[in-house]
Amino acid sequence: MARTVTNRQKAVTTVVVWIIALLIFFPILYTIITSFKSETEAIQGFNLIPSGTLESYAEVEAQRGYFRFFLNSVIISVGSTLLALVVAVPAAWSMAFSPTRRTKDVLMWMLSTKMMPAVAVLVPLYLIFARLGLLDNRVAITVMLTLINLPIVVWMLYTYFREIPGEILEASRMDGASLWNEIVYVLTPMAVPGIASTMLLNIILAWNEAFWTIQLTTTNAAPLTVFISSFSSPQGLFWAKLSAASTLAIAPILIMGWFSQRQLVRGLTFGAVK
Amino acid sequence: MRPFAFTLGLCTASLLAVAAHAETLTIATVNNGDMIRMQKLAGEFTKANPDIQLNWVTLEENVLRQRVTTDIANKGGQFDVLTIGTYEVPIWAKNDWLVPLDNLGADYDVDDLIPAIRNGLSSDGKLYAAPFYGESSFIMYRKDLAEKAGVTLPEAPTWDQVADAARKMTDRANGINGICLRGKAGWGENMAFLTATANAFGARWFDENWKPQFDQPEWKKTLQSYVDLMKEAGPEGASSNGFNENLALFQQGKCGMWIDATVAASFVTNPADSTVADKVGFALAPDTGLGKRGNWLWAWSLAIPAGSQKVESAEKFISWATSKAYGELVASKEGWANVPPGTRQSLYANADYQKAAPFAKMTIDSINAADPTKPTVKPVPYTGVQFVAIPEFQGLGTTVGQLFSAALAGQMSVDDALAQAQTAATSTMTEGGYIQ
Repeated sequence: MARTVTNRQKAVTTVVVWIIALLIFFPILYTIITSFKSETEAIQGFNLIPSGTLESYAEVEAQRGYFRFFLNSVIISVGSTLLALVVAVPAAWSMAFSPTRRTKDVLMWMLSTKMMPAVAVLVPLYLIFARLGLLDNRVAITVMLTLINLPIVVWMLYTYFREIPGEILEASRMDGASLWNEIVYVLTPMAVPGIASTMLLNIILAWNEAFWTIQLTTTNAAPLTVFISSFSSPQGLFWAKLSAASTLAIAPILIMGWFSQRQLVRGLTFGAVK
Repeated sequence: MRPFAFTLGLCTASLLAVAAHAETLTIATVNNGDMIRMQKLAGEFTKANPDIQLNWVTLEENVLRQRVTTDIANKGGQFDVLTIGTYEVPIWAKNDWLVPLDNLGADYDVDDLIPAIRNGLSSDGKLYAAPFYGESSFIMYRKDLAEKAGVTLPEAPTWDQVADAARKMTDRANGINGICLRGKAGWGENMAFLTATANAFGARWFDENWKPQFDQPEWKKTLQSYVDLMKEAGPEGASSNGFNENLALFQQGKCGMWIDATVAASFVTNPADSTVADKVGFALAPDTGLGKRGNWLWAWSLAIPAGSQKVESAEKFISWATSKAYGELVASKEGWANVPPGTRQSLYANADYQKAAPFAKMTIDSINAADPTKPTVKPVPYTGVQFVAIPEFQGLGTTVGQLFSAALAGQMSVDDALAQAQTAATSTMTEGGYIQ
């Protein structure tokens, strides 16, 4: 029997959801507000009305130059996502449609690599990068982020693929489709929402990755995480400038998330309802 | 048209030739006013040295320290010039991680460097880093509030005089705290202040055999005096306050006194940022009559990592950035008040600088009062005034800082904090092989 939801319950739920959403978003909102304050205003306690000055943005741009870091962020996050998909789609296909007794173990093992603190492998990885001359190299950091996010990408795609009836793929095989055609022309179109949300999530993860990008890049390959980090100071006023740098760094990803929220939500809830 | 094309081609070829021969120095630095100014003025250096180009990597202090340590320990060779402090220099020099600065040029005038700073950046008599700016710590106080409270702070006060003045200046009904001191946990935060203060109270981190000394009465007196004073005259939530938080409080007129880095003097006397700019007086950090004052010594300095392939160019740059001529360049572009302080004796003899920086004399007196080679009343096996120059200090200092911060917040007693600090320090020193 369907449960009836009263208007009052709906209103209460809506208000609660809005409050939670605002609480989650508030730190970002306050960062954006602070970026439009002067340094003196920024340290004068809680204040939601900024003077509207753009001096912090001007100073941030004059001191470091935003575009170079932005370009690196785009190259690294999009590049690592595409590379991860190239590896993960066949891997997830194999695990979803031709599972073996050990498939679950392999998946768990892949996920377990995410449980290790990154700093534990800093020295060996740094040595490898240094010896191979890969420090501050865009391609190297792109491959690094691909490998870091690969377990999540494989897991997500595996979950989506499992929701696709195997019979459809079987039918395509009976119609004479090769493995390549099966993956490209049958599986992929059906899994587009899942692949799109995996892509978006991976871009966000790669965009926000700070530990390895700060450790392994200096100038040529430095993305926006390095840009933000350079505005913190132990002595002196920097909150407004740091907020301006953070706003500039998160703006592209916020805008991308805003326009693709339908795909993101659809992808993330894909398979949630049986 | 032909001569024009020929000339254009020649110019392009020359430019390409210069670019081909240009050596790029990667400089790792921190984000503070003096460093940003140096980046702005670096065009003067590249103009005079067209064969050298500069690549800046600016990072937050702790990130920079960790990043540079990883690179230098693994011979990554990512940087040619490093910005490091007086803590790292003696340790890294002993590890052969730094190139000794023997070739800074005939006109560099190394003897003009302030002796205390030069000693802090030397190992076995060799200079391993050139100071870009130096600082000590001193008392900044509100002259108007002192007068209102009927107290006079001498130029070289004792801890009792400071505590008495702080209590008298406190007016919590009007939001005035008698004293603002660092409470935020960290080896470079509360432990910088407390280690320097402990020196004045006769305490020390370790005895001559590296045995931790937190179980000694001197440390109990230091920590108890600090916690008691902050309870009576300090701001609310002081255990979260570091340099920047106290700077904000002082600039907003909420502190009667503030003991912190001398570099803060230019911030609190700047009318653009400070509401009390014309009411600030200065005094030396307090002592307790034992012969040591509670003032520290720090210098952000430029050094060359042993892995750099561009030592000659790096030396040229360091020589330029830490020279007397650089100070004059800053003065000509941005005024004498903006010249990096605390590195050269000649700056403090300059009448123009004295006029522009009313805190100049107190700054140099504070720097001169600190001796990193003999920091404590009793003998110690280490160097460093507000730190112990051993690699283990970063971790240990922060652990002890967390305990002392908890004592300030009232989460544990002073006795418990000291007992746990003693246990932590004993364990670290045993594991490190200092205690057999």
